[in-house]
Amino acid sequence: MTDTARRASGLVAATFRPDPEGTHPPLDYAGYKSTALRHPSRPLVPLPQMLTETTAPVFGEDRVTAADADLTRQHEGEPQGERIIVYGRVLEDDGRPVPNTLVEIWQANAAGRYRHAGDQHPAPLDPHFSGGGRCLTDAQGRFRFVTIKPGAYPWGNHHNAWRPAHIHFSVFGRAFLQRLVTQMYFPGDPLFFQDPIFNSVADPAARERMICRFDLEQTQPEWALAYQFDIVLRGAEATPMEDH
Amino acid sequence: MATTPSQTVGPFFAIELPYDNGRYVVPDGTPGAIWLTGRVLDGAGEPVPDALVESWQADPAGAFGGDFRGFGRSGTDADGRWAILTLKPGTITAHPVRRGHDETPQAPHVDLVVFARGLLRQVVTRLYFADEGQANAADPVLGGLDEQARATLVAARVDDGYELDIHLQGPHETTFFAV
Repeated sequence: MTDTARRASGLVAATFRPDPEGTHPPLDYAGYKSTALRHPSRPLVPLPQMLTETTAPVFGEDRVTAADADLTRQHEGEPQGERIIVYGRVLEDDGRPVPNTLVEIWQANAAGRYRHAGDQHPAPLDPHFSGGGRCLTDAQGRFRFVTIKPGAYPWGNHHNAWRPAHIHFSVFGRAFLQRLVTQMYFPGDPLFFQDPIFNSVADPAARERMICRFDLEQTQPEWALAYQFDIVLRGAEATPMEDH
Repeated sequence: MATTPSQTVGPFFAIELPYDNGRYVVPDGTPGAIWLTGRVLDGAGEPVPDALVESWQADPAGAFGGDFRGFGRSGTDADGRWAILTLKPGTITAHPVRRGHDETPQAPHVDLVVFARGLLRQVVTRLYFADEGQANAADPVLGGLDEQARATLVAARVDDGYELDIHLQGPHETTFFAV
């Protein structure tokens, strides 16, 4: 459907820009074996951005309490490993903050083991670490977690395959089409070159945007290293169709 | 600033994402509540037991932004089955930018996104309702699809709600959208 036809049919809403080619991974990516039977083989059908796509759920205290952002205090004792602060902002591509949006994270423990029945890596579970956390961004789009630096771990994708250390992030935004699940990696990880998930993002500059930044200023003396990770969601076009 | 890339949800998202209340857009026992359910299947027709299905929809009046939560989230079980308890959305006639103008009404529908190990980004589809034949026939999105593609989006009426399988790949592949 052409833009003109869309306007004629009344389907034009506040439109969000498409991301440049190479920003997101393809669904069909041979290097990551699990994609083989799980990627749609037909072309995606363009969907005009309508109300359902340009609105989003609102989350509140029923899903999040203040304690949920500290993954080191979910049990009686402290978890093993390197305590870290992970903070940043959820933004749109024009720098506009996304306030009050839900940010959820999950990760392996310091030994590279997830608290999940499917994880059979023979590394120890930590009785003091569950590995899940969540918070709402504040009015400036900011979030802050305290956690443990996750370990690298092996997986079965190819011979001697290892995942670089990472924390999974899930973010909503103000439109359901901005929904983003990603992984945050750490600077200088020697495992990047052999990881098909990291390298499924074709654009090297885009891959860099998944790597957090070590921040000495926010590092708490005698307590925890800090890493900054800003998450940028698709932004909206100006709305020339709006009535005045 | 440039957008942060998507990465797969991986096999271990159940540590965090499915939550007790996630499947209940409305509480159990809500008058008029329906179960939306189905299986997620791969290209070999096998169940995908580690997928996450999320739903987003209008309220029964076809509106967004009220008290109705509108959002549901369900993991899949060993049979690949997901289930979300909700209210049937209404026909959407409002327009986000040009409120009050005549717009092509949209048949009642629920946006569904699927995350899974092996999906490097989510896939997006819509669920329509088989007993809304007239509204479906006039829907601008369904109207742009051929019969086979359209059929993959229409949930069948069952005892306690509606049922729709999501085929990630294969001869019955679901129609997925680029938004």
